[in-house]
Amino acid sequence: MARRQRIFARAAVIAALLLVRSTSADVLPDDRADLFYSKYSGGGMDITGESALVRKKITENWAVEANYFVDKVSGASIDVLSQASVIKDTRKQKTGTIEYLHDKTTYTASYINSVERDYVSNTASFSLSQDMFGDLTTVTLGYAKTNDKVGENNGTAWVPIIDWLGYAQTSSYSGGISQIITKNFIAGVNLQVITDSGYLANPYRSIRYLDSSNPKGYSLASQVYPDTHTSTAVTVQGKYYLPYRAAVTASYRYYTDTWGVVGNTVELDYTHPIKNIWILEGRARYYKQGQATFYSDLFPFADSQNFTARDQNLAALDNYTLGAKATYAFLPDGWKFFKRATVTLDISRIRFNYTDFRNIKYYGVPQYPPGTEPLYYFNATVSQIYVSMFF
Amino acid sequence: MRLRPVLTLSAVLLFSACSIQPWVKPYERDRLADPIMAWDRDAISSGYMDHIRESREGSRGATGGAGGGCGCN
Repeated sequence: MARRQRIFARAAVIAALLLVRSTSADVLPDDRADLFYSKYSGGGMDITGESALVRKKITENWAVEANYFVDKVSGASIDVLSQASVIKDTRKQKTGTIEYLHDKTTYTASYINSVERDYVSNTASFSLSQDMFGDLTTVTLGYAKTNDKVGENNGTAWVPIIDWLGYAQTSSYSGGISQIITKNFIAGVNLQVITDSGYLANPYRSIRYLDSSNPKGYSLASQVYPDTHTSTAVTVQGKYYLPYRAAVTASYRYYTDTWGVVGNTVELDYTHPIKNIWILEGRARYYKQGQATFYSDLFPFADSQNFTARDQNLAALDNYTLGAKATYAFLPDGWKFFKRATVTLDISRIRFNYTDFRNIKYYGVPQYPPGTEPLYYFNATVSQIYVSMFF
Repeated sequence: MRLRPVLTLSAVLLFSACSIQPWVKPYERDRLADPIMAWDRDAISSGYMDHIRESREGSRGATGGAGGGCGCN
């Protein structure tokens, strides 16, 4: 049985919901074209991403943007090990955006379509960004609506048999303020509330419960999630221009939701250009969350409560990231109709630690009865390389 | 009514805001206009990283990033 493959589309949709742009509203950004390649390796999974983006001003007031993203997943994560199957799938995402600038207000409308064989998602979003108070303040408001069709592959990775399980709807409300504090310091606050309803569980992940009749000591069962979910996230951030030409960014995010997950994120970033040829960047990030109220690594018996989850996203966990990025301007003075062009290499290393999600790879090992297996952890490497041409 | 002073203060602030003079003049914003001071220089890249995190973490939203992303199971 080919098993699971899904959260990935939901996450894509959520990323799409974040389309609220924080651009300054006086002028539209430069025309650009990007070619992007990425690779994620970690936790038994390999994911490659390829993307092309083109952005073009039609007039001084109108701009359009198109983005095509394809990612390919293969491997067998820790969840899959419990269900003996391999993942192999491709997701294709198309995004169209149109922007209109009027005086000090930028209006942005986007449509996103994401398709994989067991998940279809469509998102429409609208946002506006307004400069005010002598252009010291930029206020951004956004709304997005997503409709998802959720399925499960009950065939194999190579011969899929898709059972469609239901639908999910998501609404996102966001607002942000970016404020110039001094000639060297800018600060911002972002708020986003997201509500979901419908089929919200991941059909490829299972709970486990104690079962003495099973040689492993436990059995698996489907997760049961509530059919509504509302989350609130607030980020405060600041960016400071140092006495020499370099910038430091610090941010903090607080997250809470109706499933009982509380998350805290801190991030620090240092950007250092060298002449107009290189921009070097280093960053560190730390994230910690508590578990959802209906999460358990091992339930005492089947149907022990109304809602049950053993999705590692809902477990108590922390992770930390160290990253480095280098951008090289290979056409600093332009060429033909290109004003400039850059190539960027970005590498991040992430360590995930789970404090109540155990490594079921050890099932059946005599010294590890159910519930005493070592806690799960893994390392991931994220690599990106992209070329950006500005014209 | 405790609400009245709050409303009065809000109204004063609101109307006085109309006459706020920018304390950082346009000619003093060269550093803020430097590309290294942009919140998000590369939308595809930041969207991709947001996507990876949201695939692994319970938290979502308020990152200020842009769309796009990868698949992360």
